[in-house]
Formats: sequence, C-alpha cells, structure tokens
Amino acid sequence: MTRQEMKDIIWNGLWKQNAGMVQLLGLCPLLAISNTVVNAVSLGLATTLVMTLSGSAVAAIREVIPNEARIPVYVLLIAVLVTIVQLLMNAYIHSLYLVLGIFIPLIVTNCIVLARAESFASKNGIRASALDGIAMGLGLTAVLAVLGGIREVLGKGTLMSGLDLIFGESAKSIVITVIPDYQGFLIAILPPGAFIALGLLIGLKNWLDLRAEKKVREATIPAAATQAA
Amino acid sequence: MSRTMAKASLHTAANLLFFTLIGTAMLAVTFELTRETIKESEEKEKMKLIAQIVPPTAYDNDIMNDIGQVAANEMLGSDEETIVHRGRLNGEPAIAVLEAIAPDGYGGKIKLIVAIHKDGKIGGVRVVTHNETPGLGDYIDIAKDRWITVFKGTSLEKSRDRDWKVRKDGGTFDYMAGATITPRAIIKAVHKAAQYFALHRDELFKPVAQDLPVQDTTAENNKAFGKEKTK
Repeated sequence: MTRQEMKDIIWNGLWKQNAGMVQLLGLCPLLAISNTVVNAVSLGLATTLVMTLSGSAVAAIREVIPNEARIPVYVLLIAVLVTIVQLLMNAYIHSLYLVLGIFIPLIVTNCIVLARAESFASKNGIRASALDGIAMGLGLTAVLAVLGGIREVLGKGTLMSGLDLIFGESAKSIVITVIPDYQGFLIAILPPGAFIALGLLIGLKNWLDLRAEKKVREATIPAAATQAA
Repeated sequence: MSRTMAKASLHTAANLLFFTLIGTAMLAVTFELTRETIKESEEKEKMKLIAQIVPPTAYDNDIMNDIGQVAANEMLGSDEETIVHRGRLNGEPAIAVLEAIAPDGYGGKIKLIVAIHKDGKIGGVRVVTHNETPGLGDYIDIAKDRWITVFKGTSLEKSRDRDWKVRKDGGTFDYMAGATITPRAIIKAVHKAAQYFALHRDELFKPVAQDLPVQDTTAENNKAFGKEKTK
C-alpha cells in the first residue's frame, strides 16, 4: 500500500465517498440514534469497530471462499462480529448498552458494512481493508456526530447530555447547556428532524464541493485562455 | 459435467459449514467470557432501581434472590409469568416489589416495578422500559424527571378509587401539560397493582417456590384466582 493509496482510502471514507452523505447507506442508525451527540458517536464508533474487523476478516479469507458463497459468508462473519461487540458492550458498558439497545444488533443490517465488504475488502489486502473500515466508519461517525449535535441543541438545548452513561456520574458536569431554560423543540428529536438535518448537511456538502470545483475551473480556464491567446 | 457441478456445490457447502463452525465457536467463547459480567451488571441495574423505592431499613434479607413467581394476571397487565422480589424483616414479610405493565401508554406498553409495604403503603414506582415520546411523555422516567415519585406513600386507604386519576380527570395526581395519556396509563396500572397486592398479599410472600412442586403452586394460584373472581 503506497502513501497515495492510503491517502485516497482515508479521503474516500471521510469525504468523497462518505457513507452518510454520499453513499447514503446506513440511514437506519442515522435517523434513529442521532438525537444526541453521545448516542450518535457511540453507535458510530461501534459501527467503525465492526467495519474494521469485518473488513480485515473478509480480506483475509477472500481467496479461500468460493465466489458463489461469498455473500452468505460475509453476512455470517458480520453477524458474528456484531454479536461479539454487542456482548462485550453489554458486559463492560452496560448503561450505554441499555441506551443503544436494539440498534447494536441492527449494525448487521446496516448496508454500509456489507457494501464495503463486497466492494472493497473482497478485492484488497488486509491492511488496506482495515484502513477502509476505519475511514468509512469514522466518516459515518462524523456525520452522525454533527447530526446529533444539531438535533440535540435544537431539540433539547444541551450538548453532550448522557455522557454520564459512559463515564459515570462525574461526567454529568461536562454536559453543556447551550440554551438555558429551553422548552425543547420536539421535531428535532423525532425522526423528521433527522431527515431535515441530513438533507441540509448533504446540501451543504454538495455546495462546498461545487464551490471547490468552480474555483479549480476558474483557476485553470483563465490559464488556458491566456495560453490560447 | 454434472459431476463437476456436484463437486463444486459440495465444495461450497463445505466452505459454508466451515465458516459457520468458526463463527459459532467464536460466539460461544465470547458468550462464556461475558456471561457472568452481563448477569452481574443486569442485576446491579435492577438493584439500583429497587434500592430507590425500597428503603434499606425495611428489610434484612437478600431481596434480590428472594423471588416468587406470579402467574399472568390482568390486574398486573401481564400476559406471562412475572416475578416478585420479597423483602423480609426478621423473617416476617415486609415489602414486595411487583412487576406491572401499563398496557395503554401513548407508545404502547410501559413496564413498571412497584414496591408495596406489607400494610399496603406504596414504597415507590419506577419505569423500567417505555416508548413514550421523548421530551413530551418521557418525564415518567426518573432519569428525566421526579414525577414518578408522586406515588411514594400513597395507598388504597389514603386515595379512594376516584382519586386514582390525574387532576384533570378529577383525581389527585399531578401531571405535566401536553401529555396526559402517559400518566393516566401509569396511575391506572399502579392502582391495579395495589389492588392486586391487597387481594394476594399472603400468596406473594409464600416461601421460595423451589421447595414446592411447580405444578402445585400454579394450581393453587389458579384456585386463588377463581375465588377472587367469584367474590
């Protein structure tokens, strides 16, 4: 894996092919769990862990599995890994497990995991696939975190609420009340809020991309024009 | 031709079987490694809730392990067997922690635990699981609001039947504007649980069921039910 390849994988995962904003895969957790930053980041990191493991596992066995049996084997592997992550979370971060609840097993059905196994890990080496899992997972986590932040501030007027579920009672002091005495804005917390916020995020990303493209074009066209002249 | 195809399918099947075995083995190992910890943390979680509604001076036994079976009962909103934790003081029945379900919450079933002292006084109520609207009906959760503590100290004697309602419906219980379906459901469920306790108190405190053949106890429970219904 060359340096440039590594850069490409990371850039693809975080921005260019971002799972949440470009591929639009894995919308189930995006909509359901991104109502606070803590929930969103926790599920994002759990997904990242699963994707890293499943990516390297699939890459490791890619030459052994017969072509026609590959999808069942991938699904099997992903299901096993997710169940292991679920058991570990249940055992060691129980209170967070209670919050994320049914969304952890749902990582199995998150298309992004299988999609990366099929489109990347089955064609690349172990290290590249693990890196792809990390980059894709972190890209998704970042989108989830931003969505969670927007929805939490608009919906509840706080940031980082629920941190005590992971780090114990002492973490309650870290909770930031952005808007004091806030009455709450229900739609931001409910699924429609997730759709609207995600739509705005995608719009923002496309706008940024278009602007960057335009800048490049403007920089090259005058140059071409002067050359022609 | 068919021979090679059969061979290929066998090869595929063997492959699948192989990976299934590996997967199962991995799961089995993780399950065994985490089982104890998971059980402990689940018990701790329940104990935390129970400790909030059962004063530590009210019992001196191992309340987590003094468990009785309660047959499914409409008054508890349960459609399958639930358990009751029994607290005893100097060997005498002192307090029971019942599981009850309010079936008519805004978002479906609301699972509760209700602690009731021997004299019928309610030690407290906590919501175990619910699906109420976040920010609107979820103030029943102690993590969000102290509303659920309104039940502490009430009893069937203190509040007559018509008092077991939200203020809006002519009862004595406070609620929060915007969400009345949720507290209505809970008040009804707690009221019914208190009535159930009054009717079945002695049964609930019966010594650990392990000593008795399982069938006998269910038969007795059914008999008790029949009596209650004919009354």
